[in-house]
Amino acid sequence: MAPGNSWRTRALKLAEAATTPLVPGDFLDLFAPLRAGAELRGRVESVHPETADAATLVIRPGADWDGHVPGQYVRVGVDVDGVRCWRAYSLTHGPRADGRISITVKAVPDGHVSPYLVRHTRPGTLLHLEQAAGEFVLPTTGPRKLLFITAGSGITPVIGMLRNLYPATDNGVLRLTRSAAYDVTVLHVAPSEPDSIFLDDLRRLEAAGAIRLVARYDDQHGILDLDHLDALVPDLGERTTFACGPGGLLDAITSHHEERGLPLFTEQFRVATVVTGEGGPVSFEKTGTTVECDGARPILEQAEEAGVLMPSGCRMGICYTCVLPLREGAVRDLRTGELTTAIAGETNTDGVVIQTCINAAAGPCRIGH
Amino acid sequence: MTTIQKKATIGQTNPIAHLSPEDIELIAKELDDIRRSVIDTRGERDARYIRRVIKTQRSVELGSRIVLLASIFPPAWVVGTAGLSISKILENMEIGHNILHGQWDWMRDPKIHSTTWEWDSATPADQWKHAHNELHHTYTNVVGKDNDLGYGIMRVDEDQPWHPMHLGQPLWNFINALFFEYGIAAYDLELRGQLRRGKHRSEKFKREAKAVLGKIRKQVAKDYVVHPTLSMVTGSFFPTMLANFTANTVRNLWSHSVIMCGHFPEGVETFETRSIDGETKPQWYLRQMLGSANISGSKLMHIMTGNLSHQIEHHLFPDLPSNRYGEIAPKVKALFERYDLDYCARPLPQQVYSAWHKVVRLSLPNGWLDTTNAGNLPSQLKRLYEMTTGGPKVRRALQARMTQEHRRSLAEAA
Repeated sequence: MAPGNSWRTRALKLAEAATTPLVPGDFLDLFAPLRAGAELRGRVESVHPETADAATLVIRPGADWDGHVPGQYVRVGVDVDGVRCWRAYSLTHGPRADGRISITVKAVPDGHVSPYLVRHTRPGTLLHLEQAAGEFVLPTTGPRKLLFITAGSGITPVIGMLRNLYPATDNGVLRLTRSAAYDVTVLHVAPSEPDSIFLDDLRRLEAAGAIRLVARYDDQHGILDLDHLDALVPDLGERTTFACGPGGLLDAITSHHEERGLPLFTEQFRVATVVTGEGGPVSFEKTGTTVECDGARPILEQAEEAGVLMPSGCRMGICYTCVLPLREGAVRDLRTGELTTAIAGETNTDGVVIQTCINAAAGPCRIGH
Repeated sequence: MTTIQKKATIGQTNPIAHLSPEDIELIAKELDDIRRSVIDTRGERDARYIRRVIKTQRSVELGSRIVLLASIFPPAWVVGTAGLSISKILENMEIGHNILHGQWDWMRDPKIHSTTWEWDSATPADQWKHAHNELHHTYTNVVGKDNDLGYGIMRVDEDQPWHPMHLGQPLWNFINALFFEYGIAAYDLELRGQLRRGKHRSEKFKREAKAVLGKIRKQVAKDYVVHPTLSMVTGSFFPTMLANFTANTVRNLWSHSVIMCGHFPEGVETFETRSIDGETKPQWYLRQMLGSANISGSKLMHIMTGNLSHQIEHHLFPDLPSNRYGEIAPKVKALFERYDLDYCARPLPQQVYSAWHKVVRLSLPNGWLDTTNAGNLPSQLKRLYEMTTGGPKVRRALQARMTQEHRRSLAEAA
C-alpha cells in the first residue's frame, strides 16, 4: 500500500471510531449529500412540463455518477407520502456537457409514483439513484439503418438516443459528422396527438431532415396493425428495429419480426405486475422450501407448520422480531386488510420488510429467508 | 401494590371488577379504530418529522463535539457538555428507541429502519430488541416475566417475600441509574442467570457477550479515547473526557428516570404469570392500559422523553410513529374515563418521586413504612433489626404481626 493510502486509511479509521455507531458519512450528509463517496443521490434542478401529464426532471447527479449511454435507464428512489419507492426511467438526454441528467415521466393514470413525480416534484428535491443500466442502446458499430417503434412513454429512451445523435441548439438541429452515417425512421404510436410526449422534438428532427417520422394516433388511425407495417415503413427489410413500449405491443412485434427473420431489440420497463388474491405459494430463498399458504392465517404460522425455522417474537404484530424481506409478491395485514406488495425492480432491491406474524399471503410470494 | 388478581381477595379494590367481558371487547375495538386512524394518515408529515429530529440531533452532536475540542475553557466545557447531553438523550429516546421499535419501518428507508439501526448505547440493537420489544412489551408488568420491572434486582411487589438484601435496593437502583446503559446491556444478556450457571453457559450467551463487549469497546473508545485525543491540540484531553462522562451520566439518569416513570409509580398495576395464560388481544390491551403511566408536560418534555411520556399510548401501540402519541392521547384518555379506569398521568417530579417512594417502600417489609411514625420509630427500628438479623421464621412472625397492625390502622382511618 502506498504511504498516502495508508495515511488515508488511518484517517478514515479514526473518523469511524469518532462517529460510531454512525459512520462519518452520516455527518457529511448533513452538508454535502451529493459528494463523492456518498450514497448515490441527485438533486432536482428544474421541472419542465412536456404535456398535460408528463414532465422532464433535470437532475444534478451525485459526484459518483458513472455517466450513461443514450438509451439507458436509471432507477430512481423517491419518497411518495413518506414511503420510499423505486422506479426505472429512461435518461432522456445524452451525456450533457454540464453533467446533468434528465428523466421524462408520464403520469400513469391510477399510478402511484409517476403522478407524484410529475405534479409534486419541486426543484431542490433529493432523489435516490442507482447507476445507469440497460442494454437498449444505440449500436456504435454495425447497422446504421434503424427503425424505432415507440408506443406511449416508450419514446423516452429513444429520445435520449436521438438527442445524442442530433443535438438541438438555439440555431436548429446540429448535424454532426459522427451521426452522418445513421438513417433513422421513427414510428411513433400514441393514443392521441395531444397525449404525445416529445412530439415537438420529433417534428423538429423531421423538419431538420434528421429523421423520418411516422406518427400513428389510435383515435385518428385506429390501433396499429402490424400487418400494415410494410406500408408505413417501405424499407422495413433493410432496417434494424428498436422497439420500446408496453408488453403486448412488444410481444406482437417480436413474433412479427421472428416470422420474417428481421433484427430486433426491445425494451420494456414494467416487467412484472403482482397478482393479488387469497393465499398462494410462499417460497423461501435460502431454505429452498415452498409453502402453500392460505389467505386467512399468518405466513409465520403456516411456514412453521411446514417445518421452516422462522424468527418469531410476540406473534401479535408489536415486536418486529419476525420481520423478513418480501422480495416479490403481495401480503395482506390480517388486522387491517392493508396490502403490501413487492415488485422485483420497483421496490427496494432487497425487498420490502414485512412482519410475518400478522401478514397472510395475498398471491405468490418470494421471501428472503 | 399487589398483583391485580389478588387485590379482591385481600380487600383492596380490583380496578377492573366493574368491566364485563363485552366491555373489554368494546374497549379493544375502539383502540383498534384509534390505531387505524393513525395508520390511514401516516405519510409525508411524519417522515419529515423523524428526518428533522435526526438532522437536529446530528447537528447538535457535531457542534458540541467541535466546541469540546477546546473544553479546557470553562464556557466551552459547559456549552459542549450540555449540547452533548441533549444530543445523547435525543439519540437514545426519540430516535433510537422508536426506530428500533419499527415505528418508522413503513417509510422503507433502509437507513431509518429497525433492522439496520444501531444506537449510542452499550447494548447492541439486536439484543435490546429481543429483551425490550419481545419480552417487555409482550409481558408488560407480569411479575417474574417482565425484566423491566425491577430489572431482576429489585423487589417490585408486596407479593414477593421480603428479604434483608432488599434493604439495599434504593442504592442498587441509584447505581443502576448512574450506569443505566450498562445495566440494560447486562439484563439484555440475562447476565445474572448466566453467571449462576458457571461453566454451563449457553453458546448463545457466549456469542452475545462477545457482541456486547465489542460494542462497549467501541463506545468507550469513542468517548474516552478518540475525542479526548483529538482535543489534545488545545490541551483539552481530560476536560473532554470528563465532558463525555458527564453527558453519558446525564443521559443515563434521565433515561432511567423516564423509564421508571413508565411502569413504577404508585397506581400502576402488576400481574401474575398465570393470569396471562390464554390472554386475548383485548385482555392484553387492558393490561397495557393498567400497567403504564404517563408524564404530563410540554412539547419539549415529550420529545426529550422520546414520547415515552405517552407511555400508555406507546404500550397500546408500540409501533405507531412517536410524534402521533400526543395526538391520540386525548382519545385514549376519554376512553379510560368512559370505562372508569385510572389514566395515570402526573408531571415528571411527582412521577419520579412516586416511583422512588415505591422503591424505598418495597425495600422494607410490607407495611413497615406505612405504620412507622415519629412516635414508634425506635420500636419499629428494633423490629426491622430483628427481621434483618433473624431467620425466615422470625421474619414470617413479625411480618404477620405488622400486616395485622397495618390493616387495623387502615380500618380505623376508614
